[in-house]
Amino acid sequence: MLKYYGKTAPYLFLLPAAVILVIFFFIPFFQTFYLSFFDYSNDIYNAGFTGLKNYISILHNPVFYKVLWNTILYLVVAVPILAIFPLLVAILINQKIRGITLYKILIYLPVIVSIVVAAIAFKWLYAQDGILNYFMQVLHLPAIGWLTDPKYAIYSVIILTIWKGIGYYMMIYLAALMSVPKELYEACEIDGAGFWKKHLTVTVPHIMPTIALVTTISSISAMKIFAEIYVMTKGGPLNSTKTIVYYIYEKAFENLDLGIASAMAVILLVIVMAFSLVNILCFERRKYDI
Amino acid sequence: MTFKINFKNIPTHIVLILVSIISIFPFVWLLSTSLKGSGENIFAYPPTLIPKDFTFANYTGVWHRVDLMRYFINSMIVAGGTVLLNLILSSLAGYPLARMEFKGKKITFFAILATIMIPFQAIMLPVYLITLKLHLVDSVSDTMGFIGLIMPFAVSAFGIFLMRQAFLTIPREMEEAAIVDGCNVFQVFWKVILPMVKPSLAVLAIFTFIGSWGEFLWPSIVLTKESMFTLPVGVNNLQGMFSSNWRFIAAGSIIATIPIIIFFLAMQKYFISGENEGAVKG
Repeated sequence: MLKYYGKTAPYLFLLPAAVILVIFFFIPFFQTFYLSFFDYSNDIYNAGFTGLKNYISILHNPVFYKVLWNTILYLVVAVPILAIFPLLVAILINQKIRGITLYKILIYLPVIVSIVVAAIAFKWLYAQDGILNYFMQVLHLPAIGWLTDPKYAIYSVIILTIWKGIGYYMMIYLAALMSVPKELYEACEIDGAGFWKKHLTVTVPHIMPTIALVTTISSISAMKIFAEIYVMTKGGPLNSTKTIVYYIYEKAFENLDLGIASAMAVILLVIVMAFSLVNILCFERRKYDI
Repeated sequence: MTFKINFKNIPTHIVLILVSIISIFPFVWLLSTSLKGSGENIFAYPPTLIPKDFTFANYTGVWHRVDLMRYFINSMIVAGGTVLLNLILSSLAGYPLARMEFKGKKITFFAILATIMIPFQAIMLPVYLITLKLHLVDSVSDTMGFIGLIMPFAVSAFGIFLMRQAFLTIPREMEEAAIVDGCNVFQVFWKVILPMVKPSLAVLAIFTFIGSWGEFLWPSIVLTKESMFTLPVGVNNLQGMFSSNWRFIAAGSIIATIPIIIFFLAMQKYFISGENEGAVKG
């Protein structure tokens, strides 16, 4: 093909995006590491170099372990449910039955609605004299301080995250289910396999890469949880719902302890980048064509 | 005409109806609360879904006390600006990555890919410091405030790769024909190539819009003036304004949700067709 562009043309095309990415991604990326080596706790305008002191102080802070534990809870509770339940819903929806579009719209609705409105709606469900505690009473169970009891608060927030994610992951699974060859199901039915057997022997092995994809992306988003916490609990009671991002936010913008906030951000960066790397290299190669 | 009920499907319908109810119940309950007048106890046991003291007073009340229209306009400016910039910057950057050979192409490619792995939540503090340094904050002026809200999200690796993929599917003959007709490279891009990737531009626009419309973390960091609030920040603020007046909080939240529901229903085929999976940021 004849060369129809000058030497500078590709760079001119890339320039505007590059400027934004450099200013708002790459510089902040390196600056996060840089700031994490400085001590801002005494004087925010006169930070002194402290080496690894911020990291050491984080490692000696019990709140850090609480925050880490909450993130792990998210990973072991929310992620498996988000990997399995939306798949079941997608399998049910992926049939020739009435009302499919309506079901899809209703189940996808929580994905679209602002997380702030969703968190307010759940806060209202969770109110002390609210409707959920009424149902508890009907079931002859004691009322629960859904967001006020340190034992339960994190699970109440996790429930919101799961509820908001079902429709999103269901759509990912639906797209994957379309690629399963119909003949395999027909062969299964001839063999007399029931619903569960059919899907365990055909569907699950076929869409294993998608299940892995959903697991990694729901893990990554679990580590970035913020708005739910901010709107519903502000990290309380007793730090029981504090997540990594909320902790960074609090340190950076409320306590103005930029050094600690940055050291914490570096920890988050390392964890999330490890997950993302696995995700891109293993499951999304095709999407980015590498 | 015979109306045949397929009994085999009944368990499926029962499960899907249950999941649907769980999906919308929190909103339904919020809506119900927002329509209950002061004569009705909103904490009544047993709870009533259909308001006994039906009223729109909470809606008019919250509408008069809170400038929701202002929040809506602010959200439109931010989401509109973010969408427009994403369309322009992503397609500009995606084009050479799809079509041109140049020095440093591989590095550029992987540098852009790397930004996918960097969560905004981890770099938000330096982003804020830079935004302050550039005076892109609402304490300088409203315009600067809006620019500050938009710029960190003006382009994304996701958008660039989406457009790159779209350009890769266009046959090269299209460009060759245009060049023979005497177009330069920018005319080729603007007049020939861009019109051919309209479907991808639409996908990018819709998902960028949804993401920007719901964004909460960044505006709650940078905004200092109530008149600059976007809808999510404004709705969260209702909690503080009407501390325990759940009727008003509910009414305000419902009003704030109407625009995005209309948008979703109008564009539903983009969301639920199953072709654009994984496009909304998590």
